[in-house]
Amino acid sequence: MGPPTRRDQGRPPASIDATPAPVLAANSPPVAACAHCGLPLDGDGAVRDRFCCAGCAAAFDVIAELDLDAFYKRRDHGSDARPLRPDADSPTIDYGAHVEDKGNEQGLNLMVDGINCAACVWLIESALAKVPGVTWARVNMTTRRLTLRWQKDKAEANDLVARIAALGYRLAPFDPIRLEAATDTRDQALLRALAVAGFAAGNIMLLSVAVWAGTDMGPATRELMHWVSALIALPAIGYAGRPFFHSALSALGHGRVNMDVPISLAVVLATGMSLWETATGGLHVYFDSAAALLFFLLIGRYLDSRARGQARSAAAHLLALSARAIRVLESDGTQRTISPGQARPGMTVLVACGERIGTDGRVLDGGGDVDTSLIDGESLPTNVARGDLVFAGTVNLGEPLRISVTAAGDDTLLAEIVRMMEAAEQGRATYVRLADRVARLYAPVVHGLALATFVGWMVIGQASWQVALLYAVAVLIITCPCALALAVPAVQVIACGRLLRRGVLVKSGTALERLVKVDIVVFDKTGTLTEGRLDLIDTRRYASADLRLAASMALASRHPLSRALVRATPLTTVAEGVREVPGGGLILDTAEGEVRLGSHEFCDATDLLERESPEVWLRKPNESPVRFAFADRPRTDSGSVVADLQKRGLDVVLLSGDRRRAVADIAQRLGIRRWMARCDPVAKVRQLETHHHDGHAVLMVGDGLNDAPSLAAADVSMSPSTAADISQNAADIVFQGDRLGPVVETIDVARRAGRLVRQNLGFAVLYNAVTIPLAVAGLATPLVAAIAMSTSSLLVIGNALRLAKGNTS
Amino acid sequence: MTGLLYLIPVALLLGGIGLAAFLWALRSGQFDDLDGAAHRILFDDEDERPLGPKEDD
Repeated sequence: MGPPTRRDQGRPPASIDATPAPVLAANSPPVAACAHCGLPLDGDGAVRDRFCCAGCAAAFDVIAELDLDAFYKRRDHGSDARPLRPDADSPTIDYGAHVEDKGNEQGLNLMVDGINCAACVWLIESALAKVPGVTWARVNMTTRRLTLRWQKDKAEANDLVARIAALGYRLAPFDPIRLEAATDTRDQALLRALAVAGFAAGNIMLLSVAVWAGTDMGPATRELMHWVSALIALPAIGYAGRPFFHSALSALGHGRVNMDVPISLAVVLATGMSLWETATGGLHVYFDSAAALLFFLLIGRYLDSRARGQARSAAAHLLALSARAIRVLESDGTQRTISPGQARPGMTVLVACGERIGTDGRVLDGGGDVDTSLIDGESLPTNVARGDLVFAGTVNLGEPLRISVTAAGDDTLLAEIVRMMEAAEQGRATYVRLADRVARLYAPVVHGLALATFVGWMVIGQASWQVALLYAVAVLIITCPCALALAVPAVQVIACGRLLRRGVLVKSGTALERLVKVDIVVFDKTGTLTEGRLDLIDTRRYASADLRLAASMALASRHPLSRALVRATPLTTVAEGVREVPGGGLILDTAEGEVRLGSHEFCDATDLLERESPEVWLRKPNESPVRFAFADRPRTDSGSVVADLQKRGLDVVLLSGDRRRAVADIAQRLGIRRWMARCDPVAKVRQLETHHHDGHAVLMVGDGLNDAPSLAAADVSMSPSTAADISQNAADIVFQGDRLGPVVETIDVARRAGRLVRQNLGFAVLYNAVTIPLAVAGLATPLVAAIAMSTSSLLVIGNALRLAKGNTS
Repeated sequence: MTGLLYLIPVALLLGGIGLAAFLWALRSGQFDDLDGAAHRILFDDEDERPLGPKEDD
């Protein structure tokens, strides 16, 4: 497969939905889909007639050799599953450095990219289990992580990893302590609190029901019940309430009020009041309400945290996979591998053909094409020669380069783009969630009401202060932040879960809320509206002998156009004795003379067609040259997505860094009326700001590094999972698969979720309007409070569940 | 009513055992990979029988 650019990783040429899942035994007849990854075999031949590329053939052989072909029977080709394609060019890291010594065995933690279904888990585990010495190999399907233990030396690590990489998965070592510490312990703490609160709520409710039902119960028995309730409630509430108390205290410390303040106050006051009532032999205690309140709230909190934790771990996952090593040439001629952060200006770095450049630098020697698409969105490679500057993040496609580092780590252009992105993100962080806005209103109103109740009963009702306080606490409990605190998370979680099943990962908690307001959708071109790679157009137009000859030569080169030629004619043999002329093309000496494959000048092509599309010429001895034309094809459903968005009243805009002609062409084909070409990252951000000043809310969909700042600057942003890691981190929402459809789907789900949230909040307000007068009048006994609280919470959750079924439209 | 003196502690004890069991399960990592656990029951080690038709999600 192609060079290890993010945008060229096994991009399927067409949607997989259309192809039947290949079910095969070793002797099945050739099918029209690759036997390993299931992509349709286009062109008139293929590797051994069954595979789309050599990588897939190799992976198939490895699996067959291990006797694990059951894999092909087990897996399900989900519509958006990314096929596994071994990436021969991924840079090698020494995994030995990441091995933990556990006494008599070695341990290694890896992130695995490319797991689509349970069959992948089974394949990886079985392939490793067959290695002698491996004592433990387990893939966590939720977090996509692999834990390995084996009994030999550290050096074994590289062999084990290579085994899995040969199957087409990409792996990266990670440090579990650094990654998991924050999120996992928080989730676990919430779950423990949830369990304790549930236990307490259930048991106290049993005792309370006994008290409410026991009309003939004597005071002594009732007091026993109350004391037992107190005994359960105090430690349980102390433990389970901590997440709320912490958050409330820190909010108050910053002079703010959040939802946790009224919650904590209600719980603490209700518990304290009930303890007082118990000690003085009172009739009404609210221990059950306090515990149930915490239980319901913790459910909402846990769901919220888990949904976000998933998104966070996905982001961490991507970051870890992007870690690359660079090779430094020392003055004494030896080579060392270091991480990009350790490079210093003046060092000499070697960049192999097809490797991603890790630092900014000046070319000392070597030269040829560099793929800069990640930085500027340009779909054609740029030619560099000695003395030219190259930037971190670009990919060397030509001969090996030696570069002198001019900037590394935080000083590279790449890092500057990242900083720009962070600056833009600051502006977005000021968005306040609807729930928090409600809380700001809610807290003073509720506290004011409770205070008024207390004062009213003391002054007007002539009640003792204990009674007045009891009624005031009843007001705090009955206003029940449960419905409010559950209203938003329940809808959020169900919406995110629904989207996740469709391969859309919502990373930001407020993204769906912001998405509702969007009225302009801005697309990037390369890799977003298009497949992000060049393909030969009109394959049928060429003589198959020409095509085959060209492809056999192209196999010797890494140029994207050569790769496109090879993709168009999946054939087996590479031509012997191909020479590469940097900046020109390839030469093959045959008995008849030399065959040339390359640029227009290189092949002395004389016809002066207007050459706007990328092209390659093939000149055979004594024949006129043949022209191969390439184009970056739009994704299969780009046109319908644009139409769908326009149907929903959204304005569609195209901003691209590519050439004017290429952009105009795509815009016209897809029916986009507003477009701009040659936009650098700064110009894109400026465009977005213009829209912003005109009072529009913008959704930006982009994938390149050059889109990252604008992704951060837009009101909401989405990027495909094939995007540069950095874009995925800048984006609120990441969608998988090779179709753009998820953009429309996400907008629909967001709009519906918005409606449901408003319904839920409306319901909470209505409920309060009915129950508060009861509480103020002193009629809210613990029984009434318990019934009111449970029904309102159930109603809100039930309403949110409506989102899980049915259509979005 | 004296029955209560036995029953309440018994109820609490049983509930407490449930709670302790849950906390133990949580600590020993049984909730770490819920997706994988659902599929693992279908893995068979040596047996190469094809699985029944699986639902696509």
